[in-house]
Amino acid sequence: MALSAVRAPKIQLRQVRKVFDAHEQGMVALQNVDLDVSANEFVTLVGASGCGKSTLLRIIGGLEYATRGDVLIDGHGVLGPGSDRAMVFQHYSLYPWLRVMENIKFSRRLQANRGELTSSEVEAASGRADALLNVMGLSNAADKYPNQLSGGMQQRVAIARALLPRPQVLLMDEPFGALDAQTREVMHDLILHVFKLERATIVFVTHDVEEAIYLGQRVVLMAPRPGRIDTIYRVPLPAQRHQDMKHAPEFLALKREILQRIRETSGMKTDLELLEKLSHSVSISSLRTQG
Amino acid sequence: MHNFSFSRPARRPAWFAVRGQIGRREYWMLALVGLVVPLLLWWSLSASGLVTKVFMPGPADVWNRAVLWFREDDLLGDIGISVYRVVAAWGLSALIAIPLGLAIGTYRPVQALLEPLTDFIRYMPAVAFIPLVMLWIGITEGSKIAIIWIGTFFQMVLMVAEDVRRVPMAQIETAQTMGARRSEIVSLVLLPAAKPAILDTLRVTMGWAWTYLVVAELVAANSGLGYAILRAQRFLQTDKIFAGIIIIGLIGLLLDQLFRALHRKAFPWLYLR
Repeated sequence: MALSAVRAPKIQLRQVRKVFDAHEQGMVALQNVDLDVSANEFVTLVGASGCGKSTLLRIIGGLEYATRGDVLIDGHGVLGPGSDRAMVFQHYSLYPWLRVMENIKFSRRLQANRGELTSSEVEAASGRADALLNVMGLSNAADKYPNQLSGGMQQRVAIARALLPRPQVLLMDEPFGALDAQTREVMHDLILHVFKLERATIVFVTHDVEEAIYLGQRVVLMAPRPGRIDTIYRVPLPAQRHQDMKHAPEFLALKREILQRIRETSGMKTDLELLEKLSHSVSISSLRTQG
Repeated sequence: MHNFSFSRPARRPAWFAVRGQIGRREYWMLALVGLVVPLLLWWSLSASGLVTKVFMPGPADVWNRAVLWFREDDLLGDIGISVYRVVAAWGLSALIAIPLGLAIGTYRPVQALLEPLTDFIRYMPAVAFIPLVMLWIGITEGSKIAIIWIGTFFQMVLMVAEDVRRVPMAQIETAQTMGARRSEIVSLVLLPAAKPAILDTLRVTMGWAWTYLVVAELVAANSGLGYAILRAQRFLQTDKIFAGIIIIGLIGLLLDQLFRALHRKAFPWLYLR
């Protein structure tokens, strides 16, 4: 029993199906999704828009319910959101009325609110908060309000806040999607550093293939209509990543392969095809205006 | 006009840049101009003699009437009772509208139950309730407060609900993934997140409450600014009508500035950059 628990994957998805029934027919967001994520694994999800990658992440986080199928964490079914699975969103998740340090300690405040913490635990927590502040390069920002920080700094706070209660699973929904390219590169190395330090299991949704390859040990490519897992790629790079690896032939080859597959799954074989289709519609509309 | 010259130092941005900035001094200068120019126009129009004083008394007449009102007709008493009526009705509205709006903005069933109803009632003219209010409450102080309350409350509930609904979903979901319970999400996320918007709603609805004052003091009142305006109408004291209207405007301006100061004091993070 104990042994099987050790060997069991951290996250198990079994035949997950999700239907949004806002419309009469019901939109199938996810179908036949099977995925195992091991403890301390970094998995990235990519795919064309509408492939259900964010929905899948939210189902793991317990923010959405699977219509059918099993979602297991350590072999136990997910019943809703919980502090064992922290989530980092793209933006607007910080509490603007709380200073950086208060934001980071928010989960402790929830626990203290219920009298679940002893004073020594509170002290230990504030030590951890200080440590996270340092790791995230936020030591000078502890007393600032979120809207005094840059987008990149804000996301660091969001990550530190998510990490404070030592979650076993960290779910990230395009956390760097709103950041500029330079900041994003810094954040990539930061999140990899944190991943090594914290030994968490990370599931990371992105639309940026390069980001997916650079961060992930495996890249899960999802396809739309209906949302499903198409291919899972193992990233042929050493565990310790470095920015230069982005120019390595195996990195570029994988990137090309994944991009190609995304185009295929979204119904366009090539960009050229898309352009032709566009120019066709343009010429028709210009003919109309001439007529 | 474009200016691509690189040698000259950067020019000050144009005054009429879209969403541009102007200095604090310029702001107050313009505000003063905006207040003084109509005053001058008013003064010159009445001084020209083109319009008889019954139709448009001059600033001096209005000022003199206000001073007379203050000395002999208990202006302060009228202001006091009117402020009391407005603030009582508005406060009573807020007391109920804030928890109710919070519930409507938080829980979908509460919204379904109450929002269409509130939407329906808020279109009913508060003035039309006067006979009913007199019938139900009588001609006590309560009836005047009730009229203002009817005019304010239903709008306020909907606005508070909207303020609460505007709290970004990510803030709520973040709390959920940190294990927050429902009551904690309401008290530690929704309420503090919506508070600045709610205070703005309170400021705006305070203005609306004042617009119902004159109507409320139609109801068998014998004091108050609105009542004084109505009685002045009977005696064709146009200057007193002007004075009453301007005093209400000034009280409104003062209250508005107080609310803004409170907003800056209570929510300093909104004013940092």
